[in-house]
Amino acid sequence: MSDVADISMPHAEAAPRREGLARGWFRFRQSRLSMVGAALTFVVLFFAVFGMMLAPYPEHVAGGIETGLRFLPPSWAHPFGTNELGQDVLSLTMAGTTVSVLAGFGVVLIGTLIGTVMGGIAGFAGGWLDEILMRFTDLTLTIPSLILAMAIAAALGPGFENMVLAISLSWWPGYARLVRGEVIGAREEVYVTAARAIGASPTRVLFRHILPNCVSPIIVKMSLDMGFAILTVAGLGFIGIGVRPPTPEWGTMLSNARSYMPDIWWTAMAPGTAMFLTVVGFNLLGDGLRDILDPKGRR
Amino acid sequence: MPEPVLEIRNVSKTYTGRRGLFGKSDPVDALRDVSLTVARGESFGLVGESGSGKTTLTRSILRLEQPSSGQILFHGNDMAALSPRSLRRLRARIQIVFQDPYASLNPRMTIEDIVTEPMLIHRDIVGLDRAARRDRAAELLSLVGLGSQLLRRHPHEFSGGQRQRIGIARALASGPELLLLDEPTSALDVSVQAQVLNLLIELQDRLQLTYFFISHDLAVVRYLCTRVALIHHGRIIEEGETNRIFDAPQTEYARTLISAAPEVRVPA
Repeated sequence: MSDVADISMPHAEAAPRREGLARGWFRFRQSRLSMVGAALTFVVLFFAVFGMMLAPYPEHVAGGIETGLRFLPPSWAHPFGTNELGQDVLSLTMAGTTVSVLAGFGVVLIGTLIGTVMGGIAGFAGGWLDEILMRFTDLTLTIPSLILAMAIAAALGPGFENMVLAISLSWWPGYARLVRGEVIGAREEVYVTAARAIGASPTRVLFRHILPNCVSPIIVKMSLDMGFAILTVAGLGFIGIGVRPPTPEWGTMLSNARSYMPDIWWTAMAPGTAMFLTVVGFNLLGDGLRDILDPKGRR
Repeated sequence: MPEPVLEIRNVSKTYTGRRGLFGKSDPVDALRDVSLTVARGESFGLVGESGSGKTTLTRSILRLEQPSSGQILFHGNDMAALSPRSLRRLRARIQIVFQDPYASLNPRMTIEDIVTEPMLIHRDIVGLDRAARRDRAAELLSLVGLGSQLLRRHPHEFSGGQRQRIGIARALASGPELLLLDEPTSALDVSVQAQVLNLLIELQDRLQLTYFFISHDLAVVRYLCTRVALIHHGRIIEEGETNRIFDAPQTEYARTLISAAPEVRVPA
């Protein structure tokens, strides 16, 4: 064990859990990039919650149009200019954070849920069940998410829920494979044998002993995936099957801006930069989390 | 001879070869026609080298593995014939202490969770509610020489010897009568080994436990066990009273094994 642990032993008496957190936080702070990631993520989450309220032109967020003010270049009144409908781009970008982050969370959560169930059962049961579940996973992996999303949008109509559902359905195989590998590793641990020797039921062994020891890599993958999920959501918006206007969404904004490029460059700048910073933020955060949660995975 | 607790009758275990890329590997005979009887209240030592089948035998006794042939009887009942329900009840009465105290405790659970889990699983037998289980866990910890204020801690905060004591407390939690000790001291420092062995002897006196002690350390076996069996390549080579085996070994293998062991003075 680390020498840090030994030195802190006498103080650990009162709150060992808090001690562990403090140690993790200390290690996290050592890396400047991790801190940048955490800060960016914090800003993104802040705008996801308060973006709608803080937007300087809430009437534009609600769908208001002022054609007289269309295509104004960046100024003090409109720091990122206005778009083809005369709406303030900064307001739309701020408000658009909510949809992107919510959809990203939704995709990653549903993906993790399905993937953990599939991978957990496959790894724990082994044998033919493992074989069937993993071949099904491979099959799902061959379907491109955008195509599946387009098919679902065509069948059920475009919209927020359908979009999240569609992306999740092609998102879980990565988690299934990760969890299966972790479960197979943990299944052979001595403490699992101990639990079985005590007479613990298979459900108890899986949920109390195996899965809790697999959470670290799952959390790391979730935070790394957040960025990509948000990117995919924006991609769907870009090709026009995501969230419908007037709900502001980064992908849709970029798509609209594309027609007026490169002369009206500012309408693309804000949503593009926001997306870039969000993806970078979540990725750096994920890397930082991996360093503290999963030291074996450190490069 | 007192009533036998555990009877192992002609048990064999063959691991079938795995089909691989380059054909089939040979089957492995881990146990060949092993017969042993462990009487109530005694310490029975099973000595063998690595790969001699000791671990397979413990796994078979715990029914984590099915023997290929033969029977294992606990108080005269064939364990293979038990219903899942009775088998589960039986698990409360046979417990195991593992060799590696660093791997045998779930790192995500607190000491309280670890020690109370057997009582929770067998609550129909043990019959304790949550608060009573916690009290009992504290009691067990003090029985193995640890303070009850440690209940909230996690395994990584303990040394090897302390962890092994926690492992013993967990094994005792369901109130077993037979304890399988799978090299419980071989992963520990020599000074700590003696402490743990003395603890085991003390516990046996207090709780009338029967020990099935597995080891490759002859000195430890001689110190703790009343009867010994030597196992080699899955076969029992020699069996008898500890003193008889050590003073007048009958077989060539026993002689080699005993003469190969470093000289150790048994503490009085």
